[in-house]
Amino acid sequence: MITLSTKPLTERVEAVGGLVDMAAYENAGGYEAARQAITKSEPEAVQGLVKDADLRGRGGAGFPTGVKWGFVPKGDAAGPGHKYLVCNADEMEPGTFKDRYLMEMDPHLLIEGMLIAAFAIGADKAYIFLRGEYHESFKRLSSALADATEKGYVGRNVFGSDFSVDLVIHRSGGRYICGEETALLNALEGKRGQPRTKPPFPPASGAWGRPTIVNNVETLCNVPGILSNGVDWFRDLGIGNDSGTKLYGVSGRVNRPGLWELPIGTTIREIIEEHAGGMQEGYKLRGILPGGASTDFLTVEHLDLPMDYGSIQAAGSRMGTGTMILMDDSVCPVAISINLQHFFAQESCGFCTPCREGLPWLEQLLIDIEEGRGQPGDLELLDGNAAFIGAPGNTFCLHATGAMEPLLSALRYFREDFEAHIESGGCPYRERGH
Amino acid sequence: MSEVSQLIEALSVEEVDAIEAEITHLPDRESAAIEAMRIVQEKRGWISDESLRAIARLLGMPTEALDSIATFYNLIFRKPVGRHVLMLCDSVSCYVMGCDKVRTAVCDQLGVEMGETTPDGRFTLLPIVCLGACDRAPVMIIDEELITHLSADSIPDILSGFD
Amino acid sequence: MATIVVDGVEFEVDEGQNLLHACLSQGLELPYFCWHPSLGSVGACRQCAVIQYADADDTRGRLTMACMTPAKDGTRISIQTETAKQFRASVIEWLMENHPHDCPVCEEGGECHLQDMTVMTGHIQRRYRGRKRTFENQYLGPFLNHEMNRCITCYRCVRFYNDYAGGTDLQAFGSRDRMYFGRTTDGVLENEFSGNLIEVCPTGVFTDKPFSESYTRKWDLSSAPSICAGCAVGCNTFVSERYGRLKRVHNRYHGELNGYFLCDRGRFGAGFVNSTDRIEHVGERVEDDLFDVLDGEVGIAKLAEMIRQGDVVGIGSPRASLETNVALKTLVGEAQFCTGMSSAEESLVDLIIQTQRATSADIPSLSDVESADAVLILGEDVLNTAPRVALALRQTVRNRALNLAGEAGIPQWQDAGVSSHAQGRLNPLFIASVLPSGIDDIAADLAHDVPLNLADCGFAIAACIGEASGSEPGFVRKAAAALRSAQNPLIVSGTSTRTRAIVEAAGAVVAALESAGKVPRLLLVAPEANSFGSGLIGGGLDMNAALQRVASGSTKTLIVAENDIFRRAERERVEQALCTVENLVVLDSLDTPTASLASLVFPAATFAESTGTFVNYETRAQRFYCVFEPRNAIAPSWRWLAQAATDAGRDDLGWRHVDDVLEAVAASPNMAGVRAVAPDAGYLGSSLCKTPRETPRFSGRTAMNANVNIHEPKTSVDEETPLSFSMEGLNRDQPSALLPFVWAPGWNSNQSVFKFQQEIGGAAAGGDPGVRLLASGSIGTMPARSASVRSDGGGVDTGFRLIPVQAIFGSDELSSRSPPVVERSSAAFMIFSPMDAERLGAAQGMGVSCSVLGATFAVTVDAAMKSGYVGVSVGFTGAEGELPDGLIALAVDPNYRPTPNPHDRVIARG
Repeated sequence: MITLSTKPLTERVEAVGGLVDMAAYENAGGYEAARQAITKSEPEAVQGLVKDADLRGRGGAGFPTGVKWGFVPKGDAAGPGHKYLVCNADEMEPGTFKDRYLMEMDPHLLIEGMLIAAFAIGADKAYIFLRGEYHESFKRLSSALADATEKGYVGRNVFGSDFSVDLVIHRSGGRYICGEETALLNALEGKRGQPRTKPPFPPASGAWGRPTIVNNVETLCNVPGILSNGVDWFRDLGIGNDSGTKLYGVSGRVNRPGLWELPIGTTIREIIEEHAGGMQEGYKLRGILPGGASTDFLTVEHLDLPMDYGSIQAAGSRMGTGTMILMDDSVCPVAISINLQHFFAQESCGFCTPCREGLPWLEQLLIDIEEGRGQPGDLELLDGNAAFIGAPGNTFCLHATGAMEPLLSALRYFREDFEAHIESGGCPYRERGH
Repeated sequence: MSEVSQLIEALSVEEVDAIEAEITHLPDRESAAIEAMRIVQEKRGWISDESLRAIARLLGMPTEALDSIATFYNLIFRKPVGRHVLMLCDSVSCYVMGCDKVRTAVCDQLGVEMGETTPDGRFTLLPIVCLGACDRAPVMIIDEELITHLSADSIPDILSGFD
Repeated sequence: MATIVVDGVEFEVDEGQNLLHACLSQGLELPYFCWHPSLGSVGACRQCAVIQYADADDTRGRLTMACMTPAKDGTRISIQTETAKQFRASVIEWLMENHPHDCPVCEEGGECHLQDMTVMTGHIQRRYRGRKRTFENQYLGPFLNHEMNRCITCYRCVRFYNDYAGGTDLQAFGSRDRMYFGRTTDGVLENEFSGNLIEVCPTGVFTDKPFSESYTRKWDLSSAPSICAGCAVGCNTFVSERYGRLKRVHNRYHGELNGYFLCDRGRFGAGFVNSTDRIEHVGERVEDDLFDVLDGEVGIAKLAEMIRQGDVVGIGSPRASLETNVALKTLVGEAQFCTGMSSAEESLVDLIIQTQRATSADIPSLSDVESADAVLILGEDVLNTAPRVALALRQTVRNRALNLAGEAGIPQWQDAGVSSHAQGRLNPLFIASVLPSGIDDIAADLAHDVPLNLADCGFAIAACIGEASGSEPGFVRKAAAALRSAQNPLIVSGTSTRTRAIVEAAGAVVAALESAGKVPRLLLVAPEANSFGSGLIGGGLDMNAALQRVASGSTKTLIVAENDIFRRAERERVEQALCTVENLVVLDSLDTPTASLASLVFPAATFAESTGTFVNYETRAQRFYCVFEPRNAIAPSWRWLAQAATDAGRDDLGWRHVDDVLEAVAASPNMAGVRAVAPDAGYLGSSLCKTPRETPRFSGRTAMNANVNIHEPKTSVDEETPLSFSMEGLNRDQPSALLPFVWAPGWNSNQSVFKFQQEIGGAAAGGDPGVRLLASGSIGTMPARSASVRSDGGGVDTGFRLIPVQAIFGSDELSSRSPPVVERSSAAFMIFSPMDAERLGAAQGMGVSCSVLGATFAVTVDAAMKSGYVGVSVGFTGAEGELPDGLIALAVDPNYRPTPNPHDRVIARG
């Protein structure tokens, strides 16, 4: 019996010890999954495998990928014209550095994943919507794409089949909101990256009004493995209810900040203490943003939670991108909240009122509190505004909802810090000399 | 002067060719707006009013519409920048790891504030959101080079590598 | 219909509309900003939040935006729940963070939707402690002020300007809380409908520049319902006054015509009413340029004497009311009456009326235009001759997007979803024109040629519609195919090139479509506010015949009512007639070349100072009411004529009031419907029930003339109309034709208009105003193609053939004497083909002189112009009247200097 991989996303990188080029990728069996699928299988069958494997979106929302693919109209129902596959490689969630790793280290894995996905949904045009600042990713992806094109894996008659797909890299003009899939489509069309109204939903009417699937880099990179090793293998990779592995990352005052491919459902404690080497000496863990800046804080009491979609949600947060940011005891919760709200206020697209006008006000209030100008009632003002701004549906998209997650949870878990600022008329952390 | 020659004057032949190449990947010319501005900015550092008008004409769209797009994106510069653009990450991981001190060091060293260009035109300082290298925080990007594990002490050395 | 439950009360509403629309329709108060009945929903402002419940058992519900939620049967919502109220107050609080406290000095104050919504939500206490953001404002031209600090970022301006009106030079810039709405650089907003931003903006970012130069609060304005005098569309307007000066023109909603929007000629073209060129006294000429002021009675006696002497010819005017035209026609008799149109124009208007009668379908209203699904424009530059039609056509083509959205299950009001799905796909519009036009961007295909060839093109399309296949050029074949396969094809043409064959061709296309079993619509444009009224009244003499008769010396007296004859015939012909006739009597509001030759001049009231009737392109008769009493001796022309006639012993013009004249008008052929157009002075019987022109909050009445007389003057009694010159009276439930302004409790801005509609975006309450005079449907026969004289173009050596070119700002006589329009219009121009320009040695920026027209013109070069022909800006200096037929010599004028437009400044936004 062959020993199947437990690290389908990173094993080649580890084996090579760096960039996996075409030769290395093919030596490791690369492009076989795509070749088999495209030359020997049917789109519906590929969709079925991905659906059965229960691959869920790794960009943060966790929507089942196979189900999403199934929304693309088939045959005449799609009407005349292109169908599009778009890889969301606009990695910009603060604290997240997983897609960059995949694109820079194993670019062919993404290309192969996209080939299979394009085949499964009948897309003849595929775009990688790449973070504009990811210059190294652009170079390595471009080079890999050139190699794949030369080999006939991308373009007309892929692997000699009837299936053709163009793959183009689009570099973003730079804007966090473009990570939202409908804003991304506007940006891809060369427009302002403002989110769109739904309906229409992208699988029915997306890029240029045509059926479009948007998938995250890590999501697409999981696809070749599922086809090679099967549904059961993928489902068994996860520890809890979820399937597959996950790229988990840790940043902050730990001994070994980094990124690891682990079974989905690994506990937070294991990730922080074993893989990241625990907290640096002199620093104590106070708060965890489990999946990027737009997820609710967790605290040390949550360390034994498995990092999967359901468990983290049950604890009041979200697994998000799975790359966690640690807040240690030297960091002022008010100050970190200013940093977070500054980010969200800056990156608001400016379309709807609560997000555009509400976030800067909250940032201003937090600055007042941090700088000793806080007033009694300010916390209630923060609570009330944050609740109104943060409730899903109150704003046009989920940008402000994401912004309020770390704020509402900071107000909940670290309230005594906020109160101390107002009472003492300044920041106790600064006075302590941190 | 004909429209074509006006265009050529405002944009180089290479720029026009590169933009036309991008257009071939897209269903219509206007869709290349962002790529076109990136191409021109790569050569010239920023998008002047003249470049804006020329790109708009090349893409067959109103200047105002292109400017609306240009002013939306963080990486399209509608004001001149220095020879090097230094973008310092100020997002949460870098904040936790002390990017404020790095920022102070950079500003002190160059004698300008964030958002400004040094009087000698050498550097433009800009804040940037998370650069996706949080395990190596604090980080910054100068032109296209990602520089990691920053500290206040390392700044003078790093900056001296860019004239 | 759907039943929805709002705060426990059931309402029957339009299924498929959104909840905001449904709630407002039911009279429920729900604040909003970004939604607009004509622009749809985008969900930007989040102001119309309500609580929606899943079912009757759901007591918590969830907050949802009413404008983005369909009103499905069984929908349960609450407007009054505390959470919803608090959220709506929060939205205002967010918007108010940066909104300046400048209401006392803001032109919008008192009619500001933001003020109203702020009061409605109850937000009163400021809690935001930060600094307000500030922006630099831009120079946007003579029509609009720009005050960006007031902006609440509702996106309505760009949605109207770009998506609805096709503008390209106003945009949303930046992002987050630094959104800026303006231009890349300072400069004139170029779209012809820019003035609507005044009414579309919910606060004071875009305000009326001419109005603010002599500003009055809404509550201090006296207003009356009026009809735009700018073209033949007859858009309904509110015209407002204070201190005897016209202050502003606002849109008056008309469900079938102008809807919510006016063009800039209409909005800013009425300034001539305040002109220093107004004739205000009766004058008798004593020397060449010297008039003695006469007492009115003396003037009337002098005119009466001329009438008594007989041999009188009367020339009416297509810019004067039906009442004045009928008065003059009655006075001189049909055989001695000329409508005042040029001979060419009159024959075209007659042809149009004959053609419209012969077609089976009604003349399309603008809402009919918007429901067409394929359009052919043949030879008419509607954006410049009937601008509001062009705005309607933009919606016609966009209906394709609505249809596609419908197929995809996207609600039609879901504006952004409709657009992103449609991706710019449009209903087919084909334009065959002399030159490129301002709506070419929405055309499926274009053909440019000289007028007679355009007519050929039209006939070819007509022929092609009847054939299965053919070898016609692409444009003809494609247009024919699109029209043939449409459900509601529309043909648009008109008089602007003065080419009979073009109108005949338009009729032929319609006839071909009718033969093919379609019900096509035909919209034919004539230039002036009452061109169709004049056409229907008719006269025994056409212009050339009238002038010839006068020039022959057999006429003692020529009476000209509100007409500058130099605009109606070639100069020599006019001069010959006017210099021959013994008595030239001119009644007009403004000094004109004709008036300055008169022996006797009477000051005529404009549309703003008199009550009368215009007939629009649909043959819809519409009433404009006197807004304010004219100063000095100014009076309606019909009154001068009637008084003089009575003085002369005539008993058939013994009219005291406009209603008396109207009775005479109604007795004329085709005119039976005019009395039903609007209420007469006896409406509701009592002077206590008159509709007040002044608002209930009108202030300073006792003291506004204290600089003249410290005693409050007696309020004038209006015996002419059902309106009063005071704030007393009954301003409710009147017919829509009598609505002087829109204002409702809690709704001080023009957004209150929905309170005066039968349903939102539907007919005006009480029915849309106006009565169509022409019966529709297959009366008479479609005019046959007449033999046209084929004349080739010329050249540098032989001279050029002139083609009239129309301009929205400058071609129309009255509006081009309104100061902001003067500022906006260009110098007189000629358009050359590149080849002709080169041969002539002319180029853009140079001038050419034309001795025949006696003027110099700015040179414009256009590749679409056919060689041998030159487009001439008609209505402009040198080309006021009919263009000569022959080949005209032109030469570069070495002394020409372009007039620099002082407002063409470019300032970077910074």
